[in-house]
This record gives sequence, C-alpha cells and structure tokens, in this order.
Amino acid sequence: MTQMFPLTLNKVLVRRRGKVVIGPTDLVLDAGGPTIIIGPNGAGKTTLLRVMHGIERVTSGTVTWHHDDPAQHAFVFQSPIVLRRSAADNLAYPLRLLGRPKAEIAQAVDHWLDRIGLTERAGNPATRLSGGERQKLAIARALIRKPQVLFLDEPCANLDGHTTRDIEALLQETSAAGTRLVMSTHDMGQARRLAHELIFVLHGKVHDVSNAEAAFARPQTEELAAFLRGDIVT
Amino acid sequence: MVDILDGLIAAFWLVVTFDAELWEISLRSLRVTLTALVIASAIAIPLGTFLAVQRFRYRRFVISMINALMGLPPVVVGLVVYILLSRSGPFGVLNLLFTPTAMIIAQVIIITPVIASIAHQSMRELWAEYHDLLISLNTSKRQRIMTLIWDGRRNLLTAALAGFGRAIGEVGAIMIVGGNIDNVTRVLTTAIALETGKGDFALALGLGFVLIGLAIFVNLAIHTLSQTEREGRW
Repeated sequence: MTQMFPLTLNKVLVRRRGKVVIGPTDLVLDAGGPTIIIGPNGAGKTTLLRVMHGIERVTSGTVTWHHDDPAQHAFVFQSPIVLRRSAADNLAYPLRLLGRPKAEIAQAVDHWLDRIGLTERAGNPATRLSGGERQKLAIARALIRKPQVLFLDEPCANLDGHTTRDIEALLQETSAAGTRLVMSTHDMGQARRLAHELIFVLHGKVHDVSNAEAAFARPQTEELAAFLRGDIVT
Repeated sequence: MVDILDGLIAAFWLVVTFDAELWEISLRSLRVTLTALVIASAIAIPLGTFLAVQRFRYRRFVISMINALMGLPPVVVGLVVYILLSRSGPFGVLNLLFTPTAMIIAQVIIITPVIASIAHQSMRELWAEYHDLLISLNTSKRQRIMTLIWDGRRNLLTAALAGFGRAIGEVGAIMIVGGNIDNVTRVLTTAIALETGKGDFALALGLGFVLIGLAIFVNLAIHTLSQTEREGRW
C-alpha cells in the first residue's frame, strides 16, 4: 500500500461570496494516531476537513498529498447522507462503484451490517433508520472500502450517549486497524478520549497543532487554554 | 345529462360485448402511446438528470427552453411533422406519413419536454441531497446520473405518467400525421373526434369513457407493478 502522508496545506485560502472562510493557513498532517480538530462555532473546522478531503475548492494555496488516491480517503458528514435504498444497498454502493465482485460485496455487507448491529434491518429503507443508526451506517459505508484515511465531521453531534459510545468504539477499532482518523468535534470529552493529535482552529486558521495529552495538560496558547477551559473564545 | 347516461351505457356495451373495433382502436392507442412514452422517457430522463448535475454555460437557457416547450401546441407539432414526412419533405422518401410511426414521432416531440422538465425538477432536489456524498465518493458523471435515476425512479415514474397522460389524450397532432384511417391509424381520440363530427354523441362519449378507463388502468397497473406505495421494504 502506497503511503499517502504527509498531507500538506500551503497558504490555503477559501473564500465564499467574498468572505474568507478559512486561511491563509498552513498545516502538515503526518501518518499517526487520530487527529481531532477543535475550535469555536464558525471557526472553519468543517471547511478545513472538506479541503483536506478534496470536496471543497480552495481559492488559493495548495493541498498536496505525498501520494493521492481518492479511493483511499472517505468522509462522514455531520448530518448522515443516506441513499434512498435499503441499509444493505447503502453499504454495497461504494463497492459497486469500484466494480468489486458480487460475492466480495455480499461478504463485506454482511460483515458491516453485523458490526453496526443492523443485520435484522438490512432490507429496510435507510431513510427510515434512526439518526444514530444512519450515522453508523454512514461510517460503515465509508469504511467498507478500507480507506487509509477517514475524515469525520462531528459524527456524534446530536446523538445519545449510548450511540456515541458505540461510534467511538468503532472509531478506536478502526484506528487500531491502521486507518488514519481526522475528525472534528465540539465535545471536549470525546477529544480527550480519542485524540492523539489536537488541531485548534480559530478565525479560519490553524492556530495550534500539538500532542493531545500535552495540549490538555499544558496548552501552549492563551486562546487554546481559554477554549479548553470552556470560555467563549471570539 | 341524457347524453352522458347514453354514453355510459354505450361504453358498458362496447366493453362487455368485446366489440372488435373498440379493441383494435384501444390496442392501437396503447401501442402508439406506450411506444412514444418509452422513446420519450429514454431521451427525457437522462436529459433532465444531466441538466440537474452538470453546470455549463447555457444551462439555464436550455432549462427555460424545455419548460417553454411543455406548452408546445400539438397542432403545430403535427403540422411540422406532416411537412417533414410529406412526399416533398426531407423525410418523404421514408413513406411514414399516415402511419402509426408518424403518430409516435409526433407524440415523442410533444411529451419529451414534459417528462424532461418534471424529471429535471425532481432530480435537482435529489442531487442537492446527494451532492456531497457522491462527490466525496469520487463518482464519475455517468455514475452520478445512474445513481440519481435509480434512486429517484419513483419521481421519474410520475414524470413518465404525466407524459403518458398527455400522449394518450392527444388528438390534434396525430389526426394531422395519422389521418384517422380506419384499421390503420384510427385511435381512441381520433375516433371520438370522428363520432362527434358525425353527431353520434353517445358513441363518442362511450369511447371517451373507455379512454378514461384505459388511462386509469395503465396508471394503476404501473403504480402496482412498481410498488410506488410500498415503502416498508425496498
């Protein structure tokens, strides 16, 4: 498997309707443990993730992978997008796009349905599943292609504690299996539980990148310290 | 009121006595309309979907033109097709004038914009829902169009049925290009026009009720076969 990292963002700027959403900002992401992106509302966390994944066009600057293969990175959106198909067909979809053999698809779909606890509801329309089930389905659909990198935009927002715990367990398992996780969250508890590396985004710029343990113990900037304390950072 | 009652009785007797001429005319109506519907759908559905996913310079103009063509006067379509297919016309050598094929051509021209416009509206909404997911999965243009058509098939069925409704009740264009020739190009609508002209209102109304019944039957049959009201399982 070709190594995709490092991912380098060089003077990246995204402007929408004349307003700067992020940047100009720099960031280097190496292979390693889960990276959690934190920051106040509107700081640019989602846009930064979208830029890294390649679904947000940059106004200026460059986004460079050491070796880019779009099939090797996947994205999970905050509001899960499910296809108007059964749960099983949602899972099969990315593999069908890649033209994988039917037997391989069926085996992978069965495995993931079982892993996320939806075997009994395999034939049900995905749009009829609960919010938590839909998000698990979206994560499983992203993972079924065995990507090297998984971007997640606040995957547990508005979910109950039980579902959040299930999803965190799935993500930890995924990370342990070698998939690089890059995720944004508002939940500082979740950031503490999952992060190996912490990126603090403020006013559309990468304000701080540090080891998560060190950042929580001894934040290097006043703004990060205030944010971690729960103060309103503007 | 008496005429309507006579019409109902005439329709009843035509159906229960398996009137040979009625069957022949009805089957021809169905054959012409369904053939036109299949051809028009094959053109209009991919076109409407393409316009939903693809941005290009004159896109808005093309959409406006298709919407405007929904109101195309059938008599004018009939006249143009007549000129094109007449002996002195560019396609006169094909000898298609006053044949069911000429009627199919006219109907395709009339209903293609109807189906394309309705298909575009529903595909545009589905594309807004799927956009981020399909972009993030790095799908090709063809894969996006095929996904939207498959997942939006219920809405597309409505578009096709709108086209069917327009075509089965059409009289102006097919009268001009078909000529209402007995045993050759006579269909339900042209037969109704003929009987009305002859003053046989009861028979004309009877044929009218058969036409309405046929349209309802085809709609119900398509809905039942495609299970559009059954959303519990896909």
